[in-house]
Amino acid sequence: MKPPVFKYRRAGTVEEALSALAEYGGEAKILAGGQSLVPMMNFRLVRPAVLVDINPVQELDYIRVEDGWLRVGARTRQRSLEKSAEVRQSCPLLAEAVKWIGHPQIRNRGTVGGSLVHGDPSAELILVAMLLDAQFIIQGKGKSRTAGPGDFFKDFLTTAVNEDEILAEVSYPMAPPRSGYGFRELCIRHGDFAIVAAAVQLTVDERGRCSEAWVAVAGAGPKPLRIRGAEEALVGSDGSSRVLDAAAARVPEEVDPISDLKGSEAYRREMARVFVRRALEDAWSMVKER
Amino acid sequence: MRDVVTVRLRVNGVQYERVVEPRLLLSDFLRESLGLTGTHVGCEHGICGCCTVMVDGLTVRSCLMFAVQSDGAEVKTIEGLAEEGKLHPLQDAFGEHHALQCGFCTPGMLFTALEVLRENPRPTDREIREGIAGTICRCTGYHHIVEAIKAAAQRMAQEPK
Amino acid sequence: MERWVGKSVRRVEDKRLLTGKGQFVDDIKLSGMHHAAVLRSPYPHAIIKSVDTSEALKMPGVRAVLTGEDVARMSSPFLQAVEGPLEYYCIAVDRVRYVGEGVAVVVAEDRYLAEDALPAIRVDYEALPAVVDVEEAMQEGAPILHPKVGTNIINHRDLRYGDPDAAFAQADVIVGAKFFFPKYSSTPMENFAVIAEYEPIEDIITIRSNFQGPFTMHPVSVAALRIAENRLRFIVPPDIGGAFGIKSSMFPQMVMTALAAKKTGVPVKYLEDRAEHLMSSSSGTDRVTYIEVAAKKDGTILGIRKKVMDNVGAYLRSPEPACMYRSTGNQLGAYTTKNLAWDAYVVMTNKCPTGPNRGYGCQQLYFEMERVVDLLADRLKMDPAEIRRKNLIPKDQIPYTTPTGGIYDAGDYLACLDMALEKADYQKLRQEQEKARKEGRLFGIGLATVVDPSVTNIAYITVAYTPEMRASEAFNPKSGSGETAVVKMDPLGQVSVIINTVPEGQGHETVVKQIVADELSISPDDVRVVSGMDTFTRFWSVTTGTYSSRFASVGASAVAMATRTMKEKLFKIAAHRLEARVDDLELVNGAVQVKGAPERKLSIRRIAGLAHWNQGALPPGMEPGIHASYTYNFPCSTSPDADDRVDSSATYSFIADLACVEIDPETGQVEIKKYVTVHDCGKVINPKIVEGQIYGSFVHGLGGAFYEEMAYDESGQYLTGSFVNYMCPTAVESPELDIGHVETPSPLTVLGSKGCGESCTMSVPACLANAVADALKPLEVTVDRLPLRPGDIWQLIQSARQNQASKGESRK
Repeated sequence: MKPPVFKYRRAGTVEEALSALAEYGGEAKILAGGQSLVPMMNFRLVRPAVLVDINPVQELDYIRVEDGWLRVGARTRQRSLEKSAEVRQSCPLLAEAVKWIGHPQIRNRGTVGGSLVHGDPSAELILVAMLLDAQFIIQGKGKSRTAGPGDFFKDFLTTAVNEDEILAEVSYPMAPPRSGYGFRELCIRHGDFAIVAAAVQLTVDERGRCSEAWVAVAGAGPKPLRIRGAEEALVGSDGSSRVLDAAAARVPEEVDPISDLKGSEAYRREMARVFVRRALEDAWSMVKER
Repeated sequence: MRDVVTVRLRVNGVQYERVVEPRLLLSDFLRESLGLTGTHVGCEHGICGCCTVMVDGLTVRSCLMFAVQSDGAEVKTIEGLAEEGKLHPLQDAFGEHHALQCGFCTPGMLFTALEVLRENPRPTDREIREGIAGTICRCTGYHHIVEAIKAAAQRMAQEPK
Repeated sequence: MERWVGKSVRRVEDKRLLTGKGQFVDDIKLSGMHHAAVLRSPYPHAIIKSVDTSEALKMPGVRAVLTGEDVARMSSPFLQAVEGPLEYYCIAVDRVRYVGEGVAVVVAEDRYLAEDALPAIRVDYEALPAVVDVEEAMQEGAPILHPKVGTNIINHRDLRYGDPDAAFAQADVIVGAKFFFPKYSSTPMENFAVIAEYEPIEDIITIRSNFQGPFTMHPVSVAALRIAENRLRFIVPPDIGGAFGIKSSMFPQMVMTALAAKKTGVPVKYLEDRAEHLMSSSSGTDRVTYIEVAAKKDGTILGIRKKVMDNVGAYLRSPEPACMYRSTGNQLGAYTTKNLAWDAYVVMTNKCPTGPNRGYGCQQLYFEMERVVDLLADRLKMDPAEIRRKNLIPKDQIPYTTPTGGIYDAGDYLACLDMALEKADYQKLRQEQEKARKEGRLFGIGLATVVDPSVTNIAYITVAYTPEMRASEAFNPKSGSGETAVVKMDPLGQVSVIINTVPEGQGHETVVKQIVADELSISPDDVRVVSGMDTFTRFWSVTTGTYSSRFASVGASAVAMATRTMKEKLFKIAAHRLEARVDDLELVNGAVQVKGAPERKLSIRRIAGLAHWNQGALPPGMEPGIHASYTYNFPCSTSPDADDRVDSSATYSFIADLACVEIDPETGQVEIKKYVTVHDCGKVINPKIVEGQIYGSFVHGLGGAFYEEMAYDESGQYLTGSFVNYMCPTAVESPELDIGHVETPSPLTVLGSKGCGESCTMSVPACLANAVADALKPLEVTVDRLPLRPGDIWQLIQSARQNQASKGESRK
């Protein structure tokens, strides 16, 4: 299990990275943390002719809060996200979710952008991006564009980042006041890829009624899904356990899981409901405490 | 012609320079190019954790990094964990508590444990278990490893920094 | 005088392993060494029409490509434990029979280059239908893997012990079920590793590997390589990164690498990678069993009747069909019943070949056995502890000869069970369970009481043959379990021990020091132990190696006896020098002295020195130098009798386990709330090491119970080719254990010690399955297969609910 031959280009800046991508056309691939790419290369499942190493790109390594958004540079290590006080404060759901990514050794190298662009449907960061309507800045040579998660995540292992572009930043809206969240994940072993994961965020108005709801599930389709039916069932409600049940009951009809050794399609469908229900419970008890 | 790159780095405090293919994994570089065979290779896809080393003070799986990426870095391998012939408290505790059998995962497990204790000098059993879950041991059933890490934590807390 | 046996002496192996100075096969570099990579079959079953290596040979750094054609020319098929027309070569010759079977081998300057050349080899396959299900493979019309054999059933014995028909005729109750035990492996963290060299002048092949033998596999390799026995050299370095039986099968890649070295004339290293290990190395044997138990109303088991089908994969690879017969002597476990009908089928399918895996044969046996005993308890509304108490062999009947020929040497089974129940506070647990059930919680308690055999008697494999065949002139009987140790003192009087037990983490070097220190009344620090293996220089036999938990029984006994033999010589010299009678001498603090006259003494170092430096002063007729070798064997390790009875292992330990689990009814996730395991493995030599073996074997059992399976789809494609989907438990899944010991010394071993290496691998799958079944009892479902992943348990819960719903429906 050894990786195939490739040309190596080290990029110190975004500009250098884009130049290298332009130089090699579609043959080049970005090397970020390498925690998904390198195993695939070791198995020789992917054979990029050129790797553009963006690990030295310092300008994409940042976490900052601006205008109500938590802005994260794409080269930021997952471990930095996990340890950041700013993340915990402004987007605690993200801080919780990142702990579920693999193991510390993985998060030490793995980058935020790398996980997002890899597009694995069970990835925690993608789930949170989907849930919170994160915004993506995609940088091309001389131009940049933004995208929401609906456009960004195309399909299984496919995103909107073109061959000559790199993901520069992802930004998450800060947790609104009077909000609570829940993040639950089912895996067979600690640190595994999720069989299913559920993330929810709820806000309440002054009267204690749910004013906004976000519900999303990973591992139950080719990409993480927002469960709109569940969100609708929650908004305006009092968050009683009957309501939470009813909201979660909307999950199975909206997901589209596959079967494998770790769980049948029926199991995943039902677990999506169960874990959404549990995450809702967590979120609601959090808002009640606030 | 094969594309080659020059890698300059420090491993266990010693400066090395080697010309390698970009695809050479850090694990193979350490073992083959530098002869530091204490780093073991168990899966080459980032699950087993045997090949865990420290790069610039953080644990990484050396099978998921190309040697060229460690250019300019400070790498620590198992050969450099004991200083001046004195076992690190974790190494000593592993011996005392029978936290290793075949010893193949042990180098990776030690670095994993080292990082657990650096970040959390008084971990609970659960925190230790979660902290080392990225390194698989097939011999010990982990119990003695957890015992050893707890013992090392105590010893390290008493030792002057 | 300090005694060392019985103490948790710190391991001598540790320092090198903790500092990165271990010596594993992959750490060896030979000058001019090349590296091999293997092209593997993507098909479960296909004819190889052609192999074209011309493009691959042009690739950078490639030295040669070894193909099936070379292999057929240069080597012979492996000898099988069951003779027949089955042809098994080190790589496929004209047909592939499982996904991952080797088809060609590239030898190149490094592994990267070797792998680069693999896709350049053109293989033209003609796909054939495949079969992976053992029962389907037995059916008429199933795809036949080996046309020359003509059937997939490579071995069948219809074995009967006692009078099972009468037992079943008398029974008040008969309970039965079908069980499936999965294909899984202990997956040592170090994969298989081989370095082969060929020396043409003397025609010597040297194979360095992390193999657990030489074992019977040296002669098998000799035959395959068509070389003289004294020209095939197996070397094993002192350190092996775990093995667990997986590295004790005939490893075809040893022969393959040797042929590559012979073809190229350079040393060749082949390192199996993890994907290859999971797909094409070895694993335990998956099994389907139909089992019935006949019993009296009071729970007394009268007999057992079963049809057992072992799936050995694409070839019968030596030592298979050992999974079936290894447990012949303990086939009825720890129970007093005398009657057994055992219809045994060994079947080939399009899966990777199988072989020993920690707990070999016994994991499978006790899963079916302990589950059916629980089903019986259920039917009789008896407590599972009670039914075991009723049937366990009582202490006063031990030594106990089993109906299948085993001789249980020592043990107190009821004391172990009682200790386990007491540790778990069993009555209170049952009360807790009652309360939990009222609350609708799924709370279960499981038990398993199993006989844990150690030290294989190689005779058992011949149970695969009928008594008539065994009685024929042409038949070569096999038996024995011998192990050799050598002890010597060099001219300066220092003690070295050379052991052949090829350790892979069990701490043999440390334990040997403890034993020898006691025998010579010296410090363990003064004993140096040489492990590893070199068939050119060691005294070894076909039973030499590590398998079947041998060390504490036969390895330790050989060391103790070799030391005693050497001590006799030391005493004889001392008697001569001190002008005393041997009987009047004693060993005190490293010196031989005259009893009652401690001033008349000679240190053993002095005596040894004399035997080297002053040979003329030795007693007349005595050989100079100080060394002794001893091969320990068990007189009970003899061939099967005409009724297929055989004492298949020399010593038998015992385990009583209790598990308490709770299942999340919504998700099927299991929490192990408590696990108690009580062992009677005789005298414990190093408690910490034994504890380590118990913990490690527990997690291997846990893996098979809940996590690990080498899975294939129906078409024969392999599904678990990485550690992402082949799931070894991590520290989080592995619980704390409550361990107890009852020490009944074995009369058959020198120190009274017995094996404890495989231990919990045998009991844990059964015990956890019983606990899960007990938790699900209110739902009336059957737990009949492993592993029980959350989704599998959830499925059981769903089907139970559907059943209950439809029953409710029909009642309306």
